[in-house]
Amino acid sequence: MNFEQFLQYIFSGITNGSIYALTALGFTLVFNATQIINFSQGQMVMLGGMTAIAFHGAGVPLWACFLGAVIVVVVISMGLEHVAVRPLLSKGVLAQIIATVGASFVFETAAMIIWGRQALALPAFSGERPIGVAGATVVPQTLWVVGLTVVIVVALQIFYRRSLFGKAVRACAVNPSAARLQGISYRKVVLFSFALSGAISAAAGVMITPISFMSYSSGALLGLKGFAAATLGGLGNPVGAVAGGFVLGIVEALGVGVVSAGYKDAIAFVILLLVLFIRPVGLLGARVVTRQ
Amino acid sequence: MSADALVYLRRHAGFFVFAVLIMTIPAYLHDSYYLSILAFMGTRFMMALGVSLLLGLAGQISLGQAAFVGIGAYGAAILTTRLGFNPWLAMGLAALLSAVIAGLVGVPTLKLRGYYLAMATLGVNEIIYILLVQLKSLTNGTDGISGIPSLSIGSLDLGGPKAYHLIAWGVALLMAAIALNLSRSRVGRSLRALRSSEPAAESLGVDTSFRKVQVFMVAAAFASIAGSFDAYYVHYISPDGYTITFSIILVTGVIIGGLGTVWGAFWGTAAVVVLPEILKRVNGDITNLIFGILLIAIMVLWQGRTRSLGRLVRTFLVNRRGRQGTTDGAGEPEA
Repeated sequence: MNFEQFLQYIFSGITNGSIYALTALGFTLVFNATQIINFSQGQMVMLGGMTAIAFHGAGVPLWACFLGAVIVVVVISMGLEHVAVRPLLSKGVLAQIIATVGASFVFETAAMIIWGRQALALPAFSGERPIGVAGATVVPQTLWVVGLTVVIVVALQIFYRRSLFGKAVRACAVNPSAARLQGISYRKVVLFSFALSGAISAAAGVMITPISFMSYSSGALLGLKGFAAATLGGLGNPVGAVAGGFVLGIVEALGVGVVSAGYKDAIAFVILLLVLFIRPVGLLGARVVTRQ
Repeated sequence: MSADALVYLRRHAGFFVFAVLIMTIPAYLHDSYYLSILAFMGTRFMMALGVSLLLGLAGQISLGQAAFVGIGAYGAAILTTRLGFNPWLAMGLAALLSAVIAGLVGVPTLKLRGYYLAMATLGVNEIIYILLVQLKSLTNGTDGISGIPSLSIGSLDLGGPKAYHLIAWGVALLMAAIALNLSRSRVGRSLRALRSSEPAAESLGVDTSFRKVQVFMVAAAFASIAGSFDAYYVHYISPDGYTITFSIILVTGVIIGGLGTVWGAFWGTAAVVVLPEILKRVNGDITNLIFGILLIAIMVLWQGRTRSLGRLVRTFLVNRRGRQGTTDGAGEPEA
């Protein structure tokens, strides 16, 4: 592998890593508010991409497709919270897993019925002409993906650190009962976390579709990789989720260079299993690896 | 017959009646389509038994049972067609491999909270699927492996639908007996204890991690044996049968049937085998949609207490009748 190739793999890793980072953030936001792992998180990303494609097919300009897809998935995510999560908040891990797995099945099959089985594409946000960087090339969409990811992460940090409601959400993550005693509406926080998690996932889905296409079945893999990234960084730690996403993306891209593209998707799960084996708290050591 | 034997028979009457009913089906049913569906039900029942033990007894969920089914099927296919192994030996070796892999995955994940096992098993399912597609020299990739031999005992060929029905259901019933025994034994009681409260179970001397890994390995072996049986009956396998989707359908079956009992596993299996056959005539695509909705509905309506669909409907009807009774004032006497 020469330097240009190495750089090329790094670029590709950072692009995919952005998507894993956002998916991992989606997991983390819901987990911190509810201690629930939403097994349909990856399907949210898929639905974001697919609805944007549908809007685009109807002749809507791209920026409006982006917005429309985010709104649709936010509504779906809030619906999921209302129907399948709220009644199970205090009912144990097993029921929560099964209900959200059921939701993933519903989303996936509905997408298959609506859009069919083939992978669909979306045009890049601003043209396809590659830009040369130190011997490697980058498509403009990569810049969009990485740039928007940075914007989203920074905006989230500001929101959670500075705004009153953001602080309320963080309080709920630390101790829901104590937060409620302070007059914070836990229900609102949970609903809001699902909405925000849906919005971030949808954005990830819309951004990656021009690069790697989207089909009804893409969600499962994206969800698994997002979870692997979140675990790698330390489940429950938003900074860890973003770091885990980028590390996973880059390792995966280099793995493709060293091993073979066919095994690309296996790398994330090998990492997930290794993390669980060696250091279940993740690289940045979250507060919350609880034994049952 | 001694008194002990009579007591034994009476205690297990349900199981024996069920066994006799199932094993006599080939005597009067000759249609090979229905016999095939029944045979598939037998192997699905084996898989569901494992899921039921894990989910119902230990309260742990595996979303990757299809991976073990795949190891069973490919282990059987590769060992018999490439290396000329005896089919039964190949089946046993594949089951052993499945159990070992389950142990390797279970040891780190079963110590942690429930979703780690769920995610890790999804990951294992994906890895196994990728390996089945990519290791072309061994698995023949997406083309699959054909020409897998039938099962036989000595010179007796068990490839025909009736003989296969007897052997597959024979093994399935044996597994059901093992599952029943396990759930009534010390192991079963330990698992039920740890499902309610792990710290409590541990304080009473139950090695919770070990017990959970143990039952996970048994579930993997059951799934693997079922996969081998399918391969020997259909003579052809390809990676598409061993996806995460199939793993989730297996869990769905056990949940529709009701957790914690062998009979739940049976009714659930019947539902997930028969329902797609019926829906196929309308629109096959909606099957999984319905399964997904059922998963959510059963969890939400039962507040996570995970009873069977049958009981759910019955309670609903009884409640409605009860409410009508109170509004009418008079109310009819209960039937």
